[in-house]
Amino acid sequence: MNEFTLSLLWYLIIGVCVIFYVALDGFDLGVGIMNFFTKKDQERRIFLNSIGPVWDGNEVWLVIVGGALFAGFPDVYATLFSGFYNLCMILLAGLIFRAVAIEFRSKRESKKWRLIWDAIFSFSSLFIAFGLGLVLGNLMDGIPLNDDKDFVGSFAMVFRPFPILIGIFTVSLLMVHGSVYLAMKTEGVLHNRLRVWAKRCMWVFVGIFVFTSVITWIQAPQLVIRFKEEPFFLIVPILALLAILNVPRMFARNWDGWAFLSSCASIVLLFCVFGIGTFPYLVRSSIKPEANSLSFFNASASALTLKVLLIIVGIGIPLVLAYGTMIYRIFRGKVKIDKTSY
Amino acid sequence: MDVVMLSRIQFALTSGFHYIYPPLSIGIGLMLVLFEGIYIKTKNPLYKRITKFWVKIFALTFALGVATGLVQLFGFGTNWARYSRFVGDVFGSALGAEGVFAFFLEAGFLGVMLFGWDKVSAGMHYFATICVAAGSHFSAVWIVVANSWMQTPQGHQVVGEGNASKAIVTDFWAMVFNPSSIDRLVHVVLGCWLAGIFFILSVSAYYMLKKKHLEFSKATMKLGLGMAAIVLLLQLWSADSTSRGVAVNQPSKLAAMEGVFNTEEATPLTLIGWVDEKNQKTKGIQVPGLLSFLVHRDFTTPVTGFDQIPKDERPPIGIVFQSFHIMIAMWGLMALVTIAALYLWKKRRIAKTKWVLWFLIVSVGFPQIANQVGWMTAEIGRQPWIVYGLLKTTHGVSPTIVSSQVVMSICMFIIIYVLLFALFIFLLNHKIQHGPEDEDEAVLQPEDPLYRNLKKATGRESR
Repeated sequence: MNEFTLSLLWYLIIGVCVIFYVALDGFDLGVGIMNFFTKKDQERRIFLNSIGPVWDGNEVWLVIVGGALFAGFPDVYATLFSGFYNLCMILLAGLIFRAVAIEFRSKRESKKWRLIWDAIFSFSSLFIAFGLGLVLGNLMDGIPLNDDKDFVGSFAMVFRPFPILIGIFTVSLLMVHGSVYLAMKTEGVLHNRLRVWAKRCMWVFVGIFVFTSVITWIQAPQLVIRFKEEPFFLIVPILALLAILNVPRMFARNWDGWAFLSSCASIVLLFCVFGIGTFPYLVRSSIKPEANSLSFFNASASALTLKVLLIIVGIGIPLVLAYGTMIYRIFRGKVKIDKTSY
Repeated sequence: MDVVMLSRIQFALTSGFHYIYPPLSIGIGLMLVLFEGIYIKTKNPLYKRITKFWVKIFALTFALGVATGLVQLFGFGTNWARYSRFVGDVFGSALGAEGVFAFFLEAGFLGVMLFGWDKVSAGMHYFATICVAAGSHFSAVWIVVANSWMQTPQGHQVVGEGNASKAIVTDFWAMVFNPSSIDRLVHVVLGCWLAGIFFILSVSAYYMLKKKHLEFSKATMKLGLGMAAIVLLLQLWSADSTSRGVAVNQPSKLAAMEGVFNTEEATPLTLIGWVDEKNQKTKGIQVPGLLSFLVHRDFTTPVTGFDQIPKDERPPIGIVFQSFHIMIAMWGLMALVTIAALYLWKKRRIAKTKWVLWFLIVSVGFPQIANQVGWMTAEIGRQPWIVYGLLKTTHGVSPTIVSSQVVMSICMFIIIYVLLFALFIFLLNHKIQHGPEDEDEAVLQPEDPLYRNLKKATGRESR
């Protein structure tokens, strides 16, 4: 395999890892955000325990994405992490505080105690979801990179209207994803209520989806060139929309598992849209886009390193998937609260 | 302070805090293999209880290691972007191998080890335990390989000019087996084993002092003391080999470690002392010619001093000298407590001798301090280089960040780490107070089989 093919393959592998991360950690972040909408302690415990056994495994995908970027695209890793320094620190704080909140929340009966940790859990989930969306929005819109491929913008610059819109888009998407997951994991009255919430979230999301599409079409021409050249690609965003609209249909048939898969499919398709719009760039530069952007072929590691990595991944990913499947099989079914729960 | 110094402080803080946990996982991992091996061999249920208890502690240290490791993953990119671009190609394969082979071997089989007691056969469970322990060791292998490449780079080619220069791997195995890899790996792993062994000794001594779980603590104490004696001896051999490697490959670091200013015949070894940088002299208790002997195996050949190293390539001598000597002092304390405890063990007086039990309880700190100052010696001793001879630390920092940002993030990390450390102590204390199960645990409930056990094992019991 030549260097070009190897880089392309590695670009796709990272794409798949990002999708795994968002589809998996996405629902537990969504559960965290949905935690804002209930006040009853029992319900909050059900929420927490629905993600209890799996959330830390889901976060491992973030480690994989970070490691894969460092290994396969060191320039992208260096540019993004140093360019978004403050955002990275906030995300890190969010990730750790969230983990601590999950761990500590149910350790004491005190109402105040639980309220504080619940607030930390919900707000950190919201910040992480929004922050991830903000990063994606910046990558779509392009950021100023100099000839050394270093970010030359300010922190305030990260918060431009378009990335903020993508941040909101991500939050609403993960709210759908989280509430569908919760509906799948609950029973009785709460289950019915969550279905209603999931549908409401879905309609909010559909509204934001349409709005974002229009704005992108007008404001971000670089993202729509490929769709204009090859209108066939438009089927991908349409399928993403249909997949999410499929959720209430599956609910009506009592197929909650399929509703969740629909929501997963929608995430996969939305990343395909992202990929079609931004390819071949990983980080698009708003200064001299042709020369300063980081693409899969100018930012990749050497062919030898990519080859070594490919062998490692070839052995590793099947192991990860087998392990993940086992954990999800063990913990399938509705949440039950007992004395060993969170 | 400038961005470089602040970023160095931040990295020292985050990696130092991270490095409390992996040595514990590695050391306890080794002991788990031994404990469960004895159980498999003798079928003595006591060793099953011992293994079960320490598996829980292992899971806790592993979880903290992962959480703090996440910060490390971010840290290279956020503060050391230039360095990340430079080493990415080399680090990539090493860290990738770590992530997959080590981390997943560990995380994957941890599940079986934690809640598979009644689900899989005894042999299969032992296999899982071996995999987890091997995984934690592999993790050390790849991290130390990557770091050793920074000390003694090999198997690469530097391409590009100025800010665009980077190291490209040309020979993967030459990179992996660079001149310092094996020495440093052995030294690091032995240090990790000591961390685990003395942790187990400390908890055993605590139980003896409280007169609780006596049968349990005697068994772990016995094996722990035996292992401590062996590993301390091995560490002595490894330390000699590692230092002589440093003398050959990184003379500036060795000069700083031993406080050698002038290259002279029969170079003395300073046992205890301080460095007077103004007068370019190291004062203290010195043995003439001993350093020459340790490095060259004869008492006269001179050891390279600072006078032969260009001024702008000298590491800070005072802190490296003291870190190195504190590490050796910690070895001495560990040896002392081990000899005392072994003697009292032979005399069958250990459980009644309070001072030695207290000495053992605090000894949990000695290997931890030794590991911390050992890494300080290695990393500060490499200065002013971030990659020895190839890239200066001042050129490795992210060009996009400013001091105020780093000050803010350092404050944030301090808050987070205080919180995490409190969480660790809280959960650890809970487990130690709860102690090992006194009889063989009941068979799992059919309605919530694995769930309950996993929860128990990872310490997420609700109150």
